[in-house]
Amino acid sequence: MAVDKNMNILIVDDYKTMLRIIRNLLKQLGFNNVDEATDGSAALQKMRDGNYGLVISDWNMEPMTGLQLLKEVRADNKLKATPFIMVTAESKTENVIAAKEAGVSNYIVKPFNAATLKSKLVGVIGDF
Amino acid sequence: MLAAKIDPELAQRVESLIAAQTANLKAADVVELVRAVLHSMDGDLSAAHLALHSELAGLVRYIKEIKSEVAALKPVQIAEEHIPTATNELDAIVEATEEATHAIMEAAEAIETVAAKLEGEVTETLADATTRIYEACSFQDITGQRIRKVVGALKAIEGKVEHLLAAFGEEGAGAPANASRAAPANPSGADPDKNLLHGPQLPQDAKKQDEIDALFKSA
Repeated sequence: MAVDKNMNILIVDDYKTMLRIIRNLLKQLGFNNVDEATDGSAALQKMRDGNYGLVISDWNMEPMTGLQLLKEVRADNKLKATPFIMVTAESKTENVIAAKEAGVSNYIVKPFNAATLKSKLVGVIGDF
Repeated sequence: MLAAKIDPELAQRVESLIAAQTANLKAADVVELVRAVLHSMDGDLSAAHLALHSELAGLVRYIKEIKSEVAALKPVQIAEEHIPTATNELDAIVEATEEATHAIMEAAEAIETVAAKLEGEVTETLADATTRIYEACSFQDITGQRIRKVVGALKAIEGKVEHLLAAFGEEGAGAPANASRAAPANPSGADPDKNLLHGPQLPQDAKKQDEIDALFKSA
C-alpha cells in the first residue's frame, strides 16, 4: 500500500529548534501534516485525542522521557501499533537495547542528516 | 581502654558519637566533646592522662586549622556567587544559540520558498544547500544538552561545597540556599530508567548511525 503523505505525524522534542528542523525536513519529503509537542505527557495527550500515523520523538525530556512515552504508547490499546521512531543524542548500547525492548520502530542518533531521516522513515512506513 | 580511665558518662558520649559517625558529623560536635573530655580530666596529672590530654588538645588545634583553611576557600562565595554566575552564563548561552538558530532557519525557509518558484539545477542546488543548513542547525540541540550536563556537574560541586560548609563552617553559615536550585523533582514519580539519561557522548566515544543500526538489528 502506498505511503499516505497526508498522514498526521507527531514530533516530540524539548528543543524547539529541533522541532523546526524535523518539520522542515519532513516538508522537503512531502509530509505537511506535522504537529509538535515539547514533552512526553503533552505528546501522549495529543495522541489520545488525535490520529497519528507516526511519532518521531526525542528521549531526554522532562517530566516524561521519550522512553516512558514509548512505553505508554505500546501499553495503550488505541495507540500501541503506532510507528515510533526515536531521534536522540543517547547513543550508548544500553539505550538502543532499552528502546528496542520497549518496542521502538527505529532509532536515529543525533546529529543526523536528511538522508538518514528518509531511510529510517522508509524502513518504518514503507517506500516513498 | 579509654572507658575505664574516663568519666563513664563521657565514655558513653564518645561511643555514641563514634556510632553515629555519618557524613553529617560536625567538627563542632567533635570539638565540644573533646573539650568536655579535657575538662573532666583537669587536675588529674597521671602520665597516661597527660599524654591523652596532649593528644586531644592537638586534635582541637587541628580541627581549628581545618576550619580556618576551609573558611579561607570562601565556600559561601563559591556556592552563592561563582557557581550561580557560571550557571547563569550557561543558560544565557543556550538562549542565545536558540534565538540565532531560529533566525538562521527562518532565512533558510525564505530561500527555500523562493527556490521552489525556479526551475532546474538552480532549484536543486538551493534545495540541497537549505537542507545542509537545517542539518547543521541541530548543533543547538546538542550544545544545549552538553551545557545541561555542565550545569549538572556544577550543581553537584555546589552541593559538595555546601556539605563542607555544614560540617566545618560557622554555625548558621552555609544553610542550604540550594533548595530552590535543586534538580526539579520528577512529578511522575521515580523513573526506573533514569540511569539511561546520559546525554550526548564525547565525540571520541559517540556511536555513529551505522554502529547504532548494527546494534539495533542485533538487539
